[in-house]
Amino acid sequence: MTGQYIIRRLLIMLPVLLGVSLIIFIMVRIIPGDPSMVMAGPHATKDQVEQIRTQLGLDRHPVSQYFIFIGNLFRGDLGTSTRTSLPVTKEIMARLPNTLLLALASILIATVLGVLTGIIAGVKQNSKFDYLSMLVALFGLSMPVFWLGLMLMLLFSIHLGWLPAVGAESFKHLILPAITLGANSMAIIARMTRSSMLEVIRLDYIRTARAKGLKEKLVISRHALKNALIPVVTVIGLQTGTLLGGAVLTEIVFAWPGVGRLLVEAILARDYPVVQGVVLLVATMFIFVNLVVDILYAYLDPRIRYQ
Amino acid sequence: MEEIFDKAEKPKWSQSREVLHRLSKRITAMIGLVIVLIFLISAIFAPFLALHDPLEHSLGHMLAKPSWDYPLGRDELGRCILSRVIYGARISLLIGTMVISIGVLLGAPLGIISAYYGGKVDFIIQRFVDTMLAFPGILLALTLIAMLGVGLANVMIAVGISTIPIYARLARSSVLAIKSRQFVEASRSIGASNFKIILRHLLPNSLSPIIVQSTLHMATAILWAAGLGFLGLGINPPTPEWGAMLNGGRLYIRVAYHVATFPGLMIFITVLGFNLLGDGLRDALDPRLKT
Repeated sequence: MTGQYIIRRLLIMLPVLLGVSLIIFIMVRIIPGDPSMVMAGPHATKDQVEQIRTQLGLDRHPVSQYFIFIGNLFRGDLGTSTRTSLPVTKEIMARLPNTLLLALASILIATVLGVLTGIIAGVKQNSKFDYLSMLVALFGLSMPVFWLGLMLMLLFSIHLGWLPAVGAESFKHLILPAITLGANSMAIIARMTRSSMLEVIRLDYIRTARAKGLKEKLVISRHALKNALIPVVTVIGLQTGTLLGGAVLTEIVFAWPGVGRLLVEAILARDYPVVQGVVLLVATMFIFVNLVVDILYAYLDPRIRYQ
Repeated sequence: MEEIFDKAEKPKWSQSREVLHRLSKRITAMIGLVIVLIFLISAIFAPFLALHDPLEHSLGHMLAKPSWDYPLGRDELGRCILSRVIYGARISLLIGTMVISIGVLLGAPLGIISAYYGGKVDFIIQRFVDTMLAFPGILLALTLIAMLGVGLANVMIAVGISTIPIYARLARSSVLAIKSRQFVEASRSIGASNFKIILRHLLPNSLSPIIVQSTLHMATAILWAAGLGFLGLGINPPTPEWGAMLNGGRLYIRVAYHVATFPGLMIFITVLGFNLLGDGLRDALDPRLKT
């Protein structure tokens, strides 16, 4: 049953992946004006423009252009950066590990702290901790990532001098960006865990567990938590998306050499092959993470598979 | 006779009164409402509230610290930060409103058509929505900006388009819930056209959750637009926009913290206000969700 479910999910994913590639393909080609002229820049000669046109295959029929694009994708060829003349794959690969490291650290912080806070707040509903943590969570939800980053930098790097402000040379460099990027997700995860916990705690089987004299700690950890965390898994999956998007802003604030910064640099320089490559990569990563989450969800909650 | 009318009218009135009553009893929601009102007042009455001309610069007073005349200090070109922050509310309000209008006007019809016709139409529209949702967070808006070029109008279009799938989903689910209700069936049985059913019954009845949701989305719209402004992809200088102001102050954070701090604080407080109000509104409208 699980195998069938995974196959079904994979099949649903395919059209989305194709759709994403098609949207990006179309977007790059409907740039107002002639894309090859835009890419070549205002001072380019006619020959240079022509060269870019052939390079991008813009002289061919759009449908065949798309097939060439897809074919190249499968061979790992994302084209050449118009800014650095390096292969886009090479540009991305140089930056990707940094972004993955940052995203993983952030999701780890967000999950551990978010789930813990959510559980305590839920179990001790209407307590001081509950109110305070949910207020902080609401703050986290409303905080612009880039501002939080700057404020943390102001406090911990400039005033206290504890942590480095910019760069990515050591573990110490990772701390501030990871907290900045994770803060928003942490708030959402904490809120979700709390409300899910509150829902589960009121169910009959928890009352039964309590009625048979089980210690409250066991009721929570053995019985309630298992079911309460199921919806949290989905939220964590969705949060990776927010993280990948937020990474763009965080990387700019902390001069973190990741793909997010690469994307902004490429947008400002109108380096379309790089924009296309980064967006395609990030969207694909997001789709895969959600696939994994869906499968995990089905594993945790067998009812899903039979729907 | 009047008494009968009173009684007949009562349920509807008491429902919205009940919602308002529940809303007013929540302190956090009221704080949110006050913040939102202050935001709206600053946006509308900016010319009367600002102490100085937001564009007037004075290179002799670059990065000046807060003072009585310039309560939030001066920015990297010696402009009054408080006045720029007040004027910045205008841009944020404009962006938020436009973004939501684009999202609702394009997304809601898509969702209604999807749910009403079902079958192949639904399948195709839903795959389109899935595809758009596959671009995480701000990424779709960023990509659109890359294609459209930088600027205020393009930021509004880009963020607006990236909210289409959210409204399409929302409209679809509310139409699915009312599509098979008796009044729709009745309308169809007396020969109403699809167009008429959609326009007269489905649209008005699916609108209220969308309106509520769109107030909540003001927060996201403001946050995203400020993010794009911060990246230097938004409005052209010297127009005061919170994200761009923050970006301008970022470089001077070591010597003049206030230039980046206050515009960011404004974004934070405004977004918090919309979130508080939104949370309260949602709980007041549907007490079952209150956990």
